[in-house]
Amino acid sequence: MPPLNHYLALSGVLFFIGVAGVLTRRNAIIVFMCIELMLNAVNLTFLAYARFLGSMTGHVFAFFVITVAAAEAAVGLAIIVAIFRNKETVNIDELNLMRW
Amino acid sequence: MQQLFYVFGSLAVASGLLMVLQRNPITAAMNLVVTMFSLAALFVLLSAHFIAVIQLLVYAGAIMVLFIFVIMLLNLQDDELRPRGRNFIHLVSVAVVLFAMAQLWQLLSRTPAIPLAPVDEAYGTTGEMGMLLFSDYLFPFEIVSILILAAIVGAVVLAKRRLD
Repeated sequence: MPPLNHYLALSGVLFFIGVAGVLTRRNAIIVFMCIELMLNAVNLTFLAYARFLGSMTGHVFAFFVITVAAAEAAVGLAIIVAIFRNKETVNIDELNLMRW
Repeated sequence: MQQLFYVFGSLAVASGLLMVLQRNPITAAMNLVVTMFSLAALFVLLSAHFIAVIQLLVYAGAIMVLFIFVIMLLNLQDDELRPRGRNFIHLVSVAVVLFAMAQLWQLLSRTPAIPLAPVDEAYGTTGEMGMLLFSDYLFPFEIVSILILAAIVGAVVLAKRRLD
């Protein structure tokens, strides 16, 4: 079994790959996928701590994170479809209606 | 055990990087499926059997099918292929991410190692998970069902109505 720090490092690297994708990509769907990657990285941290501490509470939290991610994906993709119908693009540089 | 962690960990990082770097949304989605799969394998290594199966069913199954469905439905043009003056934002983003990773590395090298707790056979199984969900976490569980109901209604309303 690898030490806990290796799991935390892997989770951090995956989280920051997601952050980099959200900051640099312009396609709203790919930004969405990067958010899913970040949620997954957090799940890995929950489960690693749960295993090393011998408690199953982390599993319950990971379960809730997966559920919320599914709900978020359904609503978010519906929003993207609605925006595409309206503006014929999902490029986040051109969606500046709510910019200050 | 140890080798499997590094195999699946590097597979997850490599496909995650490919997902961020790919221009084509379908290729990015396929790389995300590989990442989800390797994370599910890591969950099995952590004795989280139920969460690993849920990860494969919900993420790699349902959510990714939804993503690919929307990508194919929208039939996007290759907007990202056109070069545009965003090099500054790219540079700043990469710098921020590298700085945060360096901070994380510092923090992890100073974190004391937690010894592995002994667990019994039932750890991470569906039965144990159900016992927890329907006793200590019953109220959050019911709240989540209301959240999913709201998401279903919201998704139908948003995708149906024309925004004028």
